[in-house]
Amino acid sequence: MEEQYLNYTPQDFKSDQEVRWCPGCGDHAILSAVQKALPEVSKELKYNIERYVFVSGIGCSSRFPYYVNTYGFHGIHGRASAIATGVKVANPTLSVWQITGDGDALAIGGNHFIHAIRRNIDVNILLFNNQIYGLTKGQYSPTSPLGKITKTSPFGTVEHPFRPGELVIGAQGKFFARTLDVDVKLTSEIMVEAAKHDGTSVVEILQNCVIFNDGAYDFISSKETRDDRVIVLHHGEKMVFGKNRDKGLVLSGLSLKVVTIGQGGFTMDDILVHDAYNPNPGVHMMLANMEFPEYPIALGVIRNVKDSTYDDNVRDQVLEVMKDAKIKCVDDLLNSGETWEVK
Amino acid sequence: MEKQTGVQELDEVAVRFSGDSGDGMQLTGTLFADASALFGNDVSTFPDYPAEIRAPQGTIGGVSGFQVHIGSKKVNTPGDYCDVLVAMNPAALKANIKWVKKGGMVIADADQFNEKGYQRAGYKTLDAVTELNLQDYKVIMAPITTLTKESLKDSGLDNKSIVRSKNMFALGMVYYIFDRPMNFTETYFETKFKKKPEIIEANKKVLQDGYNYAANIQAIPNTYSIKPSKILPKGKYRTVSGNTATAWGLIAAAEKAGLPLFCGSYPITPATDILAELSKRKDLGVKTLQAEDEIAGICTAIGASFAGNFAVTSTSGPGLSLKSEALGLAVMTELPLVVVDVQRGGPSTGLPTKTEQADLMQALWGRNGEAPVVVISATSPSNCFDAAFNAGKIAMEHMTPVILLTDGFIANGSEPWLIPNMKEYPKINPPLVEEGTQGYMPYARDDKRLARGWALPGKKGLTHRVGGLEKDFLKGSLSHDPINHQRMVDIRAAKVERVREFIPEQKVIGDSEGDLLVIGWGGTYGHLLDAVTDLREKGKSVSLCHFSYINPLPKNTRDILSRYKKLVVCELNMGQFANYLRMNFQEFNYLQFNKVQGLPFTVVELVEKFNQLLEGK
Repeated sequence: MEEQYLNYTPQDFKSDQEVRWCPGCGDHAILSAVQKALPEVSKELKYNIERYVFVSGIGCSSRFPYYVNTYGFHGIHGRASAIATGVKVANPTLSVWQITGDGDALAIGGNHFIHAIRRNIDVNILLFNNQIYGLTKGQYSPTSPLGKITKTSPFGTVEHPFRPGELVIGAQGKFFARTLDVDVKLTSEIMVEAAKHDGTSVVEILQNCVIFNDGAYDFISSKETRDDRVIVLHHGEKMVFGKNRDKGLVLSGLSLKVVTIGQGGFTMDDILVHDAYNPNPGVHMMLANMEFPEYPIALGVIRNVKDSTYDDNVRDQVLEVMKDAKIKCVDDLLNSGETWEVK
Repeated sequence: MEKQTGVQELDEVAVRFSGDSGDGMQLTGTLFADASALFGNDVSTFPDYPAEIRAPQGTIGGVSGFQVHIGSKKVNTPGDYCDVLVAMNPAALKANIKWVKKGGMVIADADQFNEKGYQRAGYKTLDAVTELNLQDYKVIMAPITTLTKESLKDSGLDNKSIVRSKNMFALGMVYYIFDRPMNFTETYFETKFKKKPEIIEANKKVLQDGYNYAANIQAIPNTYSIKPSKILPKGKYRTVSGNTATAWGLIAAAEKAGLPLFCGSYPITPATDILAELSKRKDLGVKTLQAEDEIAGICTAIGASFAGNFAVTSTSGPGLSLKSEALGLAVMTELPLVVVDVQRGGPSTGLPTKTEQADLMQALWGRNGEAPVVVISATSPSNCFDAAFNAGKIAMEHMTPVILLTDGFIANGSEPWLIPNMKEYPKINPPLVEEGTQGYMPYARDDKRLARGWALPGKKGLTHRVGGLEKDFLKGSLSHDPINHQRMVDIRAAKVERVREFIPEQKVIGDSEGDLLVIGWGGTYGHLLDAVTDLREKGKSVSLCHFSYINPLPKNTRDILSRYKKLVVCELNMGQFANYLRMNFQEFNYLQFNKVQGLPFTVVELVEKFNQLLEGK
């Protein structure tokens, strides 16, 4: 009974609720990836199903908790990070997952998002980035590219988008990964890494909105072009990509540069090795900010650095103070300090 | 040192310490209050300070005051007017003279009454006595700064530290006048400055020199004695402020429920001390989270409540506005939550350091949709303990958010408190769902309270989802069914209504019927009680009905209201509780007495008003 965690299958994480996303929505693939990852996470971390809590805000992605057969909390718009923080601090033994979108996390919930990251609370944040507001039917989001034409920007947006990775690392994020909805295998692997990381893990999932922003990621999701336009990073491995594995990243001055191995005097030895564990965020930031067509889009775990977590610090401080405390109960407290008798 | 003349005995006296906001008047007043409490007097205090930490020196805007009312009889308020005013500069005198009883005593620092001081305080002349018409007051102009410098010239302290000690010189003078023992204050110095013996010595010396100075000058012919109170019930006492009592009441509720306490809050005047006090209580396992904003304060608390902590958030009016949407979420998810609103002057940023009772409607109705919550209020600094405890008990046992309304006046005010014994408080029994309960349904309710079960993440066999979307009546899954929505709205309202069966009946102080019923709620209790007591001693048919429980109201409310010829609702707003009563009990006629000046009522103005009403005016 206690070792349930050894034997879960994806089926165990499916709830009885009917999934209501549009047919063809990228969210379906993400849900499968999570349901595929959770048995693996359970096995590795020895978590029974009741230890999982999925917390969300508002938006299409935020329906997610209803579809996972765990504890779940569908919050209010933008506040998922705050709710998840409360859950984790209240009971640090729980495995807390936050499901959020580009509007929920980066617009209305931007404040909570950056502060959760700054505190390094041990929550796994899955950020579904479709560059559009879906549930309200097609307005631009904080990640819509400059000039994007939407219902509320009929002449194109005039504002610069956030790059989630840059924001996360700027807020002192210790774990940032990126994946693509259609790549269920990669997404699932990254989920396991995110779960194993102690601290805030942000996984940006490039997700297609089939109705309001269809094809936003076609340039990297189609099979023909994907290998030449994305680089999947693995810690300790060379940063090579391309159909023929002949392209790579080198450092040129203070910037990254794409080179072809065997051309221009570049050999495999010149290609950078990915060090996700490096506390210095410099290269991670450059990797996270790479944009097509100058660069491939970086997928995989870009940054994975150990540091103390908020929930551990809270618990440790409480235990430390309690250890030598003179006040052990409310009666002690009420009778502490200056008191006097009336006889 | 010999005392010059005899000692006159008084029942009660009020002293107001005033000076620049950097002069340490809050501390000076607190030390006087604590010394008096330890001496055995009943005490009530009222800090009256500006929003600015350091407004321009010497200006009216920067004046900080602290009034202390002590008595050998029961003291219910900090006193409308003071007997003695300590004014550390011309601005303090000008700003506070209106609070001194005619013929009262004024002790002023003569050194500050120079051209610059007068000018900064906006005097037209260089003669405060004439300009402010102080001929009938006993004004003692003492060169406090000079004497402090003289007292500490060999102390080795720098000039700034020496001048900063002048408040202790003034305190020494007041100790002489009111025949206070100084040992409590000396002990305070010893604890406070443990690592700085030179500061301990300097403060002791200045205090003693101030005392000696007052004893030696001819200007103070009498000293006064206020004997220890005989009417205080026997037992062990301490001083407590409203905010501290609130924090402790919440901790007590957590202890009685056997759950950890979690507080997510954002600092806001005048509520911040609740968060600060709870942060100190890691020894009792309290977890505090200073959130990035008010919304995160309540949302972290809601998350913590979902995960099984007793969760609270503390705030003041503007913060409650920001928490509105999340309060609705707590209503929908039916999780226990206590929101403490320490009311201040509004609207908007308003008067952050001043008191008001104008958040009542916001507490009752300030959410979208039909979103009832329990609303209760605290009546005095020490009553905040019981009010916070009860808020926690109701929240946890009835699975509902509870808003506790206190206000700046009782939050910052303090009074002696007969220390309760936790054995006398009831156990709190939240409806926690047992692991592995067969057929668990998240929104199934108990018949008695209509509360749903509290199933905590981590427990086997109880996985479920909650959220802000409308819930199925039993399963808690999403439901857009029209009839289900009606049922859920009805049951959420009925659940809050049901709390009525679990709260005490409303009490009346005075007679069970009569000419005039004075109605109040929250922090105005002390003033209303003094006014009503005063009139009753004169044989008037006046009674007091002071509410702590506001939503729901106690069962016998209608019955009480029906027994008096006139009803007058007194509150520090434009009539919010009066309108609430009108809505609930339409058959009665409600007179109102309202004040929105950022100040408490005065007993004098209440007595005058009640007399007018009794005389049929």
